[in-house]
Amino acid sequence: MKLHTLEAWSLRDLIRDGSVTSTDIVESFLDQIRARDAEIGAYITVCGEQALEAAKHSDERRREGRTLSDWDGIPAAIKDNISVKGVANTCGSHMLAQYHAPYDAHVVSLLKQAGMPILGKTNMDEFAMGSSTEFSALKTTRNPWDRQKVPGGSSGGSAAAVASHQAPWALGSDTGGSVREPAAFCGLVGIKPTYGRVSRRGLVAFASSLDQIGMLTHSVRDGAALLQLLAGHDELDSTSVRREVPSYESVLGAGASGLRVGLLGGASQQGLQPEIHEALEQAACFLADQGAEIQEHAFPLLDKAIETYYLVATAEASSNLARYDGVRYGLRVEGSDTGEMFRRTRSEGFGPEVKRRIMLGTYALSAGYYEAYYRKAQQVRTMIRDGFLELFEKVDVLLGPTTAASAFGFGEKPDPLQMYLTDIYTVPANLAGLPAIHVPVGLDHGGLPIGLQITASPFAETNALRSAAVLETFARNRGWNR
Amino acid sequence: MISREEVERTAALAHLTLTDQELEKMTGELASILDAVSSLQEVDTSAVVPTNHAVPLENVMRRDEQKPGLSRDEAVANGPDVVQSFFRVPRIMEEE
Amino acid sequence: MIIGLEIHAELSTRSKIFCSCSTAFGGEPNSRCCPVCLGLPGALPLLNETAVEYGILAGLALNCTISVESKFDRKNYFYPDLPKAYQISQYDQPLCRDGWVEFELEQELLHAGVTRVHLEEEAGKSIHSGDNILGSDYSSIDYNRAGIPLIEIVTEPDLRSPAQAKAFLEQLKRTLQYIDVSDCKMEEGSLRCDANISLRPQGGRAFGTKVEIKNLNSFRAVERALDHEVQRQRNVLETGAAVVQDTRAWNEAKGVTVSMRSKEESHDYRYFPEPDLPPLAVNQVWVEELRQSLPEMPLPKRNRIMEQYGLGRYASDFLANSAIWADFFECAAKQYGNYKVLCNWLMGDVSRVLNARQEELPQSRLTPAALVELLRLVDDEIISGSQAKDVLEEVCATGRSSKQVTADLGMEQISDEDELTAMVEEVLAAHPEQAQRCREGEERLVGYFVGQVMKLSRGQANPKRVNALLRQKLQQ
Ligand SMILES: [Zn+2]
Repeated sequence: MKLHTLEAWSLRDLIRDGSVTSTDIVESFLDQIRARDAEIGAYITVCGEQALEAAKHSDERRREGRTLSDWDGIPAAIKDNISVKGVANTCGSHMLAQYHAPYDAHVVSLLKQAGMPILGKTNMDEFAMGSSTEFSALKTTRNPWDRQKVPGGSSGGSAAAVASHQAPWALGSDTGGSVREPAAFCGLVGIKPTYGRVSRRGLVAFASSLDQIGMLTHSVRDGAALLQLLAGHDELDSTSVRREVPSYESVLGAGASGLRVGLLGGASQQGLQPEIHEALEQAACFLADQGAEIQEHAFPLLDKAIETYYLVATAEASSNLARYDGVRYGLRVEGSDTGEMFRRTRSEGFGPEVKRRIMLGTYALSAGYYEAYYRKAQQVRTMIRDGFLELFEKVDVLLGPTTAASAFGFGEKPDPLQMYLTDIYTVPANLAGLPAIHVPVGLDHGGLPIGLQITASPFAETNALRSAAVLETFARNRGWNR
Repeated sequence: MISREEVERTAALAHLTLTDQELEKMTGELASILDAVSSLQEVDTSAVVPTNHAVPLENVMRRDEQKPGLSRDEAVANGPDVVQSFFRVPRIMEEE
Repeated sequence: MIIGLEIHAELSTRSKIFCSCSTAFGGEPNSRCCPVCLGLPGALPLLNETAVEYGILAGLALNCTISVESKFDRKNYFYPDLPKAYQISQYDQPLCRDGWVEFELEQELLHAGVTRVHLEEEAGKSIHSGDNILGSDYSSIDYNRAGIPLIEIVTEPDLRSPAQAKAFLEQLKRTLQYIDVSDCKMEEGSLRCDANISLRPQGGRAFGTKVEIKNLNSFRAVERALDHEVQRQRNVLETGAAVVQDTRAWNEAKGVTVSMRSKEESHDYRYFPEPDLPPLAVNQVWVEELRQSLPEMPLPKRNRIMEQYGLGRYASDFLANSAIWADFFECAAKQYGNYKVLCNWLMGDVSRVLNARQEELPQSRLTPAALVELLRLVDDEIISGSQAKDVLEEVCATGRSSKQVTADLGMEQISDEDELTAMVEEVLAAHPEQAQRCREGEERLVGYFVGQVMKLSRGQANPKRVNALLRQKLQQ
């Protein structure tokens, strides 16, 4: 049996029956990593020994009838900007290539408490800044569907790892689409929860008011299960919300009957790849057939979303990345005095995209420009958020595209602005703090995955997951088979 | 339009050193990005409160209790230049 | 001349402002740190409630309005002792604003406005290898101090002389100590002061350029540095030149201020709202609760002590200078009515003994009850005043009661009538000739006999009683 090809839910059933052990499962994935990763390049660090050790403990627990959770023994991969104690946490940067986190991120503690082994840390755009993983300073990750294509980004390593069966599921981070876009390019389900639903503690900050940890899985039910494990209040993250976590699995079979779905039409569909456009129309019909009420709406201020996002994100990033100064951790390039050491370290440690964003953010916050750029962007952000909240009085979820097109080729977007525009459909959820899910629905003419995005109101992950499950049925009916 | 001098000043604030070539390229790239984001000026935001937090919360606080942090060795383990558990840096020229 | 001050005071919470590390002074380098105060990637701040309360208490004690809404901002700048390369501070919505402080200088009541009081985090400490920062080849950084809560207090430019600045600062320190939010130890750096000063040229209307002086690490330094700076600026103005805007550091050893400007670049801190911390909403109930808990402030207490106990200004100032001494006095005064004597003892011998022992009053074994007991022993003539000083030292050293010490040292005066009569008779019998002369009116011999009785009793006889008994016997 090819254990590594199964979704996490199936592995859980097998391990529960006693037909396989956690060690079998972890070994199967480690074998697959050995077989595939030289070609794919998903992992920066593979924690083989620790994962097998954890699997052994899990098997002991199971034998003794004291498993820690339903998912005890099921492994996961982690994006390399989420801290795992004692393990390198490179953020895909030369700056942190030698840095080992001395503490666990909150989500990592939760995985460990659930008895889940960690397979390794996955490649990413440097400091999560990018949409293709091409900006990793450490290695290249290829799209398992077509090695000439990018896997998406910034969580490209996590997406490629799951899509190439080198992990049953993986954690990523989503600041402007960094979970959903690679999920779209790699044919996976990608969840970005509501801001504040999952603790950010231990996630290396890119843009603190936009960052959210998300999940990349083969199926909606896997996504729901992983979200269930990680959602909840963390008293050490001041922006984590104290609010009850509903049962996500129980809504998956609820169907579309009575669901009010806002179809993002008109200008929101401009420039879409025809197959994505077609899938969107068909999905709306399918939902209507299933009893959903379809209304047509537009993304609020969609034409200002990218501009707003890039000002807010870079301003926060310029401050968040100032701490990499060569004093306490990470790269140091010596200089004759501290100022020179700072400048040399930062100039050599950061790649071009990171520098570009630090420069833009520094400029947007600097004296004389703060009002026109940063403050203005935060005001437009309010209007976008208010626009969404108003929309969600009329509809339960919004259905739209995740990306305008399927995965692009390496080096195809050399112009930064062009690259930024890839995020147009994903950044609104981050600006407004909304939950959003990408669901794969088929392949395009080139054999690359395409899919759609469901967005819901704050903390209405249940609505998003319920709709996503219906879309998954829609996809199966169209012949989508992962 | 952003000038080369402004790019230089910004690089100094960010503690980045750019070569002449990088400076040239950066000036062009920032100019086109800033040109694109200038479309925000078209939006009337006169009565709009800026969003600083995606989810509204207030008064998130903890009790004043001591808890163990990192051991001294853990604290300095990642330091590039550690002497007797101090982080060492070259001569400080600039005053805060 | 106009002077404004910017004061930083470390708050005496148990844990740091955004993490649970200890705030204790000193310790092995980098031994009181965690991911948050080291600024490790991925660490997030969580606000200490007590730091907010101390900030509000300070604001209330300085007669400020407490902001209903305030927030935290990031102040961005690079410095090796600043772990995140930004300091979490408060920019446009400080916790407290628009207050004032009353203080006295040479018995004149003065008034200075407080612009704002805000919360922020302390930086780490740099230790330089050479004599000074610029002469060092390298510096060593310890982040134990990083993250200790600070309040920054900014005054209006209301101070008119270096002496006023010093008096203001002393009053501020007293106030913060009264409400017990900071230990205000300038020598340990838990209270620091920067000053802004500008002069108005003779006959001119507008004030000159503002000069900032940093590094004022003692009350004396505040006055001396400002005196020096006034003189320096006057000299500049006399030559017809203009004072340039500058930041200068006070060099205590040389007694001069030195320009700190190493670069022309002016600071651009790029403040923006801290996304990791939700805003603060301080409601009226909370403020009132804290207001109720405020103790009486130094000046009102001084005035009340003067009135209630009939003490002079000097003595009352002495007592009200510290809430601890005033409380000690008032506690003792409930049991002891001679307030002047009580106060004199506190100002004199009690202070002297504690100084010699290098103790503060709260750590001392001396209690108000023990002091009252001691004063009563003197009043009742059981011990003499000079013996009482020895008893006091012993009480402070051992914590035994004054009576116990008196007994243990065998100091009790003999006042017993029969015992004294026996001694008087013995002495008169031993010197019949002198006794006769005394009976015949040689008054000075009474003293001689008192001396003899004291000698016989090894100093323990009550001299007043002996005197009376002698006269009685000699008249018989
Ligand atoms: Zn700490």
